[in-house]
Amino acid sequence: MMAAAVAVNGTASSSDWDGRYYHVDQILDRPGPRTDPSFLAGDEVKEFLREKCKILVIGAGGLGCEILANLALSGFKDIHVIDMDTIDISNLNRQFLFRPKDVGNSKAIVAAEFIMNRVPGVKVTPYFGKIQDKDEDYYMQFNLIICGLDSVEARRWINATLVNMVDPENPESLKPLIDGGTEGFKGQARVILPTVTSCYECSLDMLNKPTAFPICTIANTPRLPEHCIEWASVLEWPRVHGEKKMDTDNPEHISWLYQIALARAKEFKIEGVTYSLTQGVVKNIIPAIASTNAIIAASCCNEAFKIATSSAAYLNNYFMLIGTDSVYSYTFEHEKRQDCPVCGGESLDITVNKEWTVDRLIEVLVERQDIQVKKPSLSAPGKQIYFQAPPQLEEATRPNLEKKVSELVPDGGEITVTATTLPFNLSLRVKYI
Amino acid sequence: MIKIWSMKKNEDQAAKKKPKTSAAQIRVQKDLTELDLPSTMKTHFPDPADLLNFTLTITPDEGMYKGGSFLFTFKINANYPHEPPKVKCEQKIYHPNVDLAGNVCLNILREDWKPVLNLNSVMVGLQYLFLEPNADDPLNKEAAEELKRNREQFIYNVKSSMRGGTIKGEKYDIVIKEQ
Ligand SMILES: [Zn+2]
Repeated sequence: MMAAAVAVNGTASSSDWDGRYYHVDQILDRPGPRTDPSFLAGDEVKEFLREKCKILVIGAGGLGCEILANLALSGFKDIHVIDMDTIDISNLNRQFLFRPKDVGNSKAIVAAEFIMNRVPGVKVTPYFGKIQDKDEDYYMQFNLIICGLDSVEARRWINATLVNMVDPENPESLKPLIDGGTEGFKGQARVILPTVTSCYECSLDMLNKPTAFPICTIANTPRLPEHCIEWASVLEWPRVHGEKKMDTDNPEHISWLYQIALARAKEFKIEGVTYSLTQGVVKNIIPAIASTNAIIAASCCNEAFKIATSSAAYLNNYFMLIGTDSVYSYTFEHEKRQDCPVCGGESLDITVNKEWTVDRLIEVLVERQDIQVKKPSLSAPGKQIYFQAPPQLEEATRPNLEKKVSELVPDGGEITVTATTLPFNLSLRVKYI
Repeated sequence: MIKIWSMKKNEDQAAKKKPKTSAAQIRVQKDLTELDLPSTMKTHFPDPADLLNFTLTITPDEGMYKGGSFLFTFKINANYPHEPPKVKCEQKIYHPNVDLAGNVCLNILREDWKPVLNLNSVMVGLQYLFLEPNADDPLNKEAAEELKRNREQFIYNVKSSMRGGTIKGEKYDIVIKEQ
């Protein structure tokens, strides 16, 4: 069996040869003692995995390269990949789908081509751009989404998008999100079932925050090369360049910071300021370790495989790997936060008379026993309706109290309510009569 | 594929669709509308529709900065509350924890920021700097050393700087509150 697989390496062919999935099929041909009762062993599940399942990989960097390879080799055949970055020479030590000739080209495109050349019959569709370029219709086409990102902002965006996409009328709108992340020897993999389990936003306070040094240390008592670099970027850049924004992807800007930091380091007899450290500090780059990426990516792909096939129980819902002091791993159920601004809070369908003023709506809300709200502040996406405080905003929004709700919010529109008495936010879906 | 939907039906919380308002926006709305500021602090929004950029004026009614009116700008980005707001003093003031460019040394604005903190905590923290300037975290070294060496002289310098005086060759902005 193995010999057959080896023999065709490098020649793309869409047909599966005998025994191609011999090992994976050990799992798919028969249920195990803990297999989900809905698991239907045999051809149907294989057909779903290999012919129908469409999976999206976000990020084609350290984690993304591993994820793409693992998915392709475990039988996913319709894979899409998004990445906005181009290949840098420093990526080549661990992002193994890239070669020196690829430097400067799109990670997504090069990775897709590599996988398609290497693993016959797998279709990888790249998109070289930002996840924010795509809309809900795009994300709706996938069965599963795996994230291998190093940006908190991008993760928050995709998480909120997938939670928002869940339509109570449409089961297909709930897309499992598998999120992997690494930081040196540490990493985590988690399964997010939007609106069902805790989401990325729920766990925001668990993140290691980027190292920030006290500004007075930077200004007065630098001891580390990092202090000198932060001095250049936090204090000197705005002092010298005013409003001009620092672009951490601009080599000229990095060079300027490097020179300033180097001079500062000399003055304080500190060693170790280099160009790449400067880049690392200002871009907040955490050293990536290939093997940690491999472990986390493997864990993410196992979950994708289990969820796609229901062949085994999937992760519920957070796997943490700590390799900094020997090896420690911990799996636990991270709980949904009631006050999560993305998936938490309460949602309420509310019937509003077309003639009601905002003032009247507030009265109705305050009177409702089931929400117990006092002094609510209201906004619609992108605009304030009525704010209780601060005084200036109260005054600016006060004229709205006399306006009809129907003039400010469309039918089916959303109103976000916050109040001191609510530990979370309340979202109203308005229906007019 | 696993059948997630059935799990969803069992959830006591009904399926719901959330508004398009971003998490940062909701947090800022919650933070701002629940601000509980003493009469010595006042916010101002140059554009009331833009909640992410505003100013805070602090007019201490006790301590050595009493009688002054101190203006700070707040800039909040889309990554709030993962990242703290960016706060700057808009005047050149004589204070051990504020440098001449307006950078502020307040731990919760940098190394000790946590998402559970809010705008109210930052504002209260800023006001505290005027009640208890801290010589151990200097950004204006001259001022910090003066505070350590000779408190009387430091207070004199504060008063003089607030009237637009010059201290050790640095001319400071007039920050006396208009009566
Ligand atoms: Zn959440």
